[in-house]
Amino acid sequence: MEKFEKLTGIAAPLPLINVDTDMIIPKQFLKTIKRSGLGVNLFDEMRYDDDGNEIPDFVLNKPQYRESEILVAGDNFGCGSSREHAPWAIKDFGIRCVIAPSFADIFFNNCFKNGILPIALPQDQIDVLMKDAEKGSNARMIVDLENQTITTSDGEVFPFEVDQFKKHCLLEGLDDIGLTMEKAPAIDAFEAKAGTERPWV
Amino acid sequence: MSAKTLYDKIWDAHVVHEAEDGTSLLYIDRHLVHEVTSPQAFEGLRMAGRQVRKPENTIAVPDHNVPTTPDRVNGIQNEESRIQVEALDKNAKDFGIHYYPVNDVRQGIVHIVGPEQGWTLPGMTVVCGDSHTATHGAFGALAHGIGTSEVEHVLATQTLIQTKSKNMKVEITGQLRPGVTAKDITLSVIGKTGTAGGTGYVIEYCGEAIRSLSMEGRMTVCNMAIEGGARAGLIAPDETTFEYIKGRPHAPKGAQWEAALTWWKTLYSDDDAHWDKVITIKGEDIAPVVTWGTSPEDVLPITDTVPSPEDFEGGKVDAAKRALEYMGLTAGQKLSDIEIDTVFIGSCTNGRIEDLRAAAEILKGKKIKDGLRAMVVPGSGLVRAQAEEEGLADIFKEAGFEWRLAGCSMCLAMNPDQLSPGERCAATSNRNFEGRQGRGGRTHLMSPQMAAAAAVTGKLTDVRDLI
Repeated sequence: MEKFEKLTGIAAPLPLINVDTDMIIPKQFLKTIKRSGLGVNLFDEMRYDDDGNEIPDFVLNKPQYRESEILVAGDNFGCGSSREHAPWAIKDFGIRCVIAPSFADIFFNNCFKNGILPIALPQDQIDVLMKDAEKGSNARMIVDLENQTITTSDGEVFPFEVDQFKKHCLLEGLDDIGLTMEKAPAIDAFEAKAGTERPWV
Repeated sequence: MSAKTLYDKIWDAHVVHEAEDGTSLLYIDRHLVHEVTSPQAFEGLRMAGRQVRKPENTIAVPDHNVPTTPDRVNGIQNEESRIQVEALDKNAKDFGIHYYPVNDVRQGIVHIVGPEQGWTLPGMTVVCGDSHTATHGAFGALAHGIGTSEVEHVLATQTLIQTKSKNMKVEITGQLRPGVTAKDITLSVIGKTGTAGGTGYVIEYCGEAIRSLSMEGRMTVCNMAIEGGARAGLIAPDETTFEYIKGRPHAPKGAQWEAALTWWKTLYSDDDAHWDKVITIKGEDIAPVVTWGTSPEDVLPITDTVPSPEDFEGGKVDAAKRALEYMGLTAGQKLSDIEIDTVFIGSCTNGRIEDLRAAAEILKGKKIKDGLRAMVVPGSGLVRAQAEEEGLADIFKEAGFEWRLAGCSMCLAMNPDQLSPGERCAATSNRNFEGRQGRGGRTHLMSPQMAAAAAVTGKLTDVRDLI
């Protein structure tokens, strides 16, 4: 997995609540058997009209936001289905960090498996970051995972919380499966014990 | 020993390893797999030269992509869908996991097939690369959706890295009034708590109204725990649960059944267990409801009117404006005046035999409104067969419904069953998101009874007027 250390980039403002995974990547793009190539269809129904032309008003179609690496959004981001195609599409577009007041559980976990950092902050802080993101491409935001801070283009600093294990995996680009495989003896022992206690499983 | 919730008990019984920071490695008893969220996971295994650790506890069935028209026996026309289903055929064979292929009578929606075949049992941990895995919580199993990376993790290790959620109790007291169903309970809870109200929690549903539900109804309630933001929904097992499980193909038998039963009977929340959040709703206060907007929290009794964005606060004001525009509705309009084009009865929320019986009861001897498109999609081949045997299929067909083969169908429009832009649908599924049932499609969620009533009148209808 690609490491996440420190990101300095353009932040796109998406001031919508309940952005669901059907919005992030509609179902017709779930038929792929690959993980890559979904960025072009990120937010497809908001981004393109019925004929496939770009809708100029949509934030990621605006010239100043086409290279965005950070997304600032509203409450309950990523709700809905478990499709990991949502973080795959976000990552493939080039976004490595999503900042919102809250996230849906499965999406939140899926982000960490793909080198994306989701950050939850109180609404009043999101309001400041949203304003900063609205400044466009001249305003770069800095997301520093090691020190757990976001710095606006004006130099205002917001600390954020992150699960220490997930932080460690992101900083080091660690593969969960490899880490768990190292615990094989514990899994073997659990199976032996469970096999006696609950043999019907 | 301190008092525990049902969730605490199941969690504790499955911890393989706990790190100092509380991050736990949790053992997974059942892993359900479908064709959309698994190909990249199997590919990952191949690339790393890994095997499936417990193929005997891994069960796969194609459901999202499969057409539901009778001609599917001749193969899937859409090339991408066909490739995805063929990939599952191959992965199931190569890795030696249980498999119900598309033309097997036991095929159906993964969350209907699992319980039907006796794979889902109380006290288990059950995962699937699908958010509606919450359904299995109806058995007192800890069941939740996972992403594809986690699917690969479970395939390889039979475990998941998890942090424990908080405990939330949702109590539905008393009894439901006539015309009110499990779907109305689950939608009403989301209407009250919001789609993020359960975030960070595992919900246990309890109370007299929940106890009175059949297993089918309990599955409907737990199915939509995810729409309330919760990681999982749970209902403590009881005689209703045991009765449902007994004799199913993969349920324990003989001495093992007795041993299992002894343990299952310990699976309840202790009286003095700690709850981080409690919601109580009187069963008598729940009305038949419909959704008006594009979030499952946009729920109102059918007797109500379309709300105005000014009725809301914060980000919900803009969200409601956007929803009304998308849905083509005006504030103040009576919900029961909204005319529909299509009726969809099916999905993992409401595609079980009891749902079809309830809808058929309303439709018996009636015709659907002229010009309406209406379809019933049984949740599994076995539900379909049973409905045919009970004469329900004839009732649906005589009323003017299409009688389809099993699959996810129009719930998520990954297959040929889709809405056209602007087409308005009374649906028994679980999500009314923009574009969920097809680009520009307009979804109103409701119970099977309410969908059947809407089919008869051609508009959203209070089912109590027809019973």
